Amino acid sequence: MLTSKRLILAHFWLAFALFGLALLLGAWQMLIRSPLHAWISDPEWYYRSVTAHGTVMAYVFPTLVAMGFGYAISETTLEQPLIGRRWAWAGFALVLVGAVMAMIPVSLGLASVLYTFYPPLIGNPFYYIGVVLAVIGSWIWVALMSINLRAWKRANPGKPVPLPMFANVAGSYLWAWTAIGAALELLFQIIPVALGLKSTIDAGLARVLFSWTLHAIVYFWLFPTYIAYYTIVPRAIGGKIYSDAMARIAFVLFLVVAMPIGMHHTFADPQVGAGFKFIHSAFTALVALPTFLTVFTICASVEIAGRLRGGRGFFGWIAALPWRNPIMLAAAFSFVMLGFGGAGGLINMSYQLDTTIHNTQWITGHFHLIFGGAIVIMYFAIAYDLWPHLTGRPLASLGLMRAQLWLWFIGMMVTTFPWHWVGILGMPRRMAFFDYTSPALAPEAIYVTLSAAGGVILVLSGILFFAVLLRRQTAPRVEFEAYRFAVAVHPPAAVPAALNGYGLWLALMIGLTVSNYGFPIAQLALRADTSVPAVFVGGRE
Amino acid sequence: MSDEAEVLFSRRNPWFIRSVGVTAGIFIIVALSGFVLLPYLQPDLKLAGLWDAICSAAGVIHKSSEQPVQPDFKVSTVALTSQTLKGATPESIGRGATLAHQCAICHGPAGVSRADSPNLAGEYPSVVYKELMDFKTGARVNAVMTPFALHLSDQDMIDLAAYYAYLPRLPAYHPSGATPPRIVISGAPMRGIAPCGSCHGALDNKLGSPWLDGQPEAYIKAQLQAFASGARRNDINEQMRNIARRMTPEEIDEAARYYAAQPAPRT
Repeated sequence: MLTSKRLILAHFWLAFALFGLALLLGAWQMLIRSPLHAWISDPEWYYRSVTAHGTVMAYVFPTLVAMGFGYAISETTLEQPLIGRRWAWAGFALVLVGAVMAMIPVSLGLASVLYTFYPPLIGNPFYYIGVVLAVIGSWIWVALMSINLRAWKRANPGKPVPLPMFANVAGSYLWAWTAIGAALELLFQIIPVALGLKSTIDAGLARVLFSWTLHAIVYFWLFPTYIAYYTIVPRAIGGKIYSDAMARIAFVLFLVVAMPIGMHHTFADPQVGAGFKFIHSAFTALVALPTFLTVFTICASVEIAGRLRGGRGFFGWIAALPWRNPIMLAAAFSFVMLGFGGAGGLINMSYQLDTTIHNTQWITGHFHLIFGGAIVIMYFAIAYDLWPHLTGRPLASLGLMRAQLWLWFIGMMVTTFPWHWVGILGMPRRMAFFDYTSPALAPEAIYVTLSAAGGVILVLSGILFFAVLLRRQTAPRVEFEAYRFAVAVHPPAAVPAALNGYGLWLALMIGLTVSNYGFPIAQLALRADTSVPAVFVGGRE
Repeated sequence: MSDEAEVLFSRRNPWFIRSVGVTAGIFIIVALSGFVLLPYLQPDLKLAGLWDAICSAAGVIHKSSEQPVQPDFKVSTVALTSQTLKGATPESIGRGATLAHQCAICHGPAGVSRADSPNLAGEYPSVVYKELMDFKTGARVNAVMTPFALHLSDQDMIDLAAYYAYLPRLPAYHPSGATPPRIVISGAPMRGIAPCGSCHGALDNKLGSPWLDGQPEAYIKAQLQAFASGARRNDINEQMRNIARRMTPEEIDEAARYYAAQPAPRT
């Protein structure tokens, strides 16, 4: 029962419009830094563009997709109109105003600090305030998801919460908790300095607080993708979910293990004790658990579809899968990229191996493969699957969709594999300029050129994506049957209380945050001698 | 939701017992490994006992019994923030103008030198203050400047800094069409050299870095050579010594010529 179609469409359109702009910036950055283009002679433009690209891609785009998708899930699975639709519009408006407010100073070159903020660098206060507004807007969504679920539970006591909604609310809680780290950093450390109330900042503490947000935010981006794996893919290819309980366990495990691991981003930071680095590294390894559960369950679910379609033998079911179906294609590409990206992630989370690639282009390659590849390609799939139900017009051009998904997959592989390679060779990230005439750098020129070509392919794919969505904008409306998600082979009649609510898992999430972050944060916050003078960017002194 | 929670957080609920038990078990094993086992496995970590191992792994700062190594030269004592020397009063500028009479013979009556001494007109107050203070403490040594600075009080230096910051600076002269030298605009990343322009103007300015446009070529060159040889070392993080050491003589010439460029005198 989709009644808030305009609301959901507004979220998706804003998300994809900003994504399109940021995609162009990304391709431009790769081009001007590659040997294909003469050096622009002003690194400021490069960092300005990186800041805009990162801020949109990390904060605004996935948040809007999660919000819009979340509202759609709430209405279709709970079969009740969204409670608090006005509040939802207010949340949307806050994200919009926040994004615009943040992007104006970035465009003017007043806040070229990159989306990870990097104190003691300090930019224009409106940049940070804009980011905070966008986050507050998303917190309204978190509250609404909780309220809608609560109302449904009251009306349906003892019934299992539908799996997509169960996962959706888990994702919203994860976001609410993980955003607090960066919020503390912004509100208590960065914004007072940006407003001129203070002139020094504890950069070490800021980095620890940001790591609280920085890793679990990836799982927040991942939630819509995982929801699509479990509850869109099997239905779209004519199969069923292999196990409803396994899916629930995977989602609640993400709640528990996504948080206490962020300090693997600070392996090279002197302000964090080695013992805590080890704890975070070990807990990062636990993320493999829900990931492997998911890989197993989804492969099993897809196998069910293959066998239902007449596939026989060990591998015959693979050939029997509907490979011309864009959702099937997107899921397969997503899995391949998740596999490579995850394998790279094992290196990042290990203290000793990380030292070989820390702060190199390997890292850029890694998170583009996971986020830009595995995650975003499923955002496309979600859009393709939902669009007809939101607009009332079928998306007829399956061939165009397949071409778009192929190009995105190829583009992302061509972009990120050379990045990984030059990272191993030692090329640092966040550098605006490389002198390829230097004999030490000349051998890397060919790989950088390749990855810039990948960027162009990604732009082409982006253009096709908009073409698919816009082509049918004037077609006559059609009546569709109600939107539905995949069901399990054995739909649950009842589930244990632990898998129908979040209390236990939220308690573990908060407990592990306190155990793994409490001491390092308290230690830095209570020391008086850890602040350094702020370094203002954008012509401010 | 509430009756679910009651059942859930109970010792009779296997979900509760197992999930909390497994999580706590993993945490204890990992914490023992990280805080006890691993510190003891590092032979170069001299530990006084178990508590010392735990503290060291937690990042608690050790009180070393050995005296820290002292440098064999004076280091700068000046700490600058963006608020240092902000908001000079007219009185301060006036006193600075009077004090500046003794500086005029080298630095010019209006802060523009005719003797290849640095032009101080329009220089950032933090820069003038820091250099005077460093001359006074001996962190920077110069046969001419040191005797002057020895007699200046802290307030004198603040006033001088305020006065020179108040004077109009020489305009930068970089005719369009001529691209700045690569060392100024891009640095030399392979040698770890940041662009001059990212701190000294052209791209950006960073606190404590002097404005270089219009400075005498001979002065810029002499300072880069002094940093390279180690004769000057009042850059607290050794950033200028590291940069100057790795610059080629040609790059030093190019940078000095670029910043010193001025329009040809009218005849």
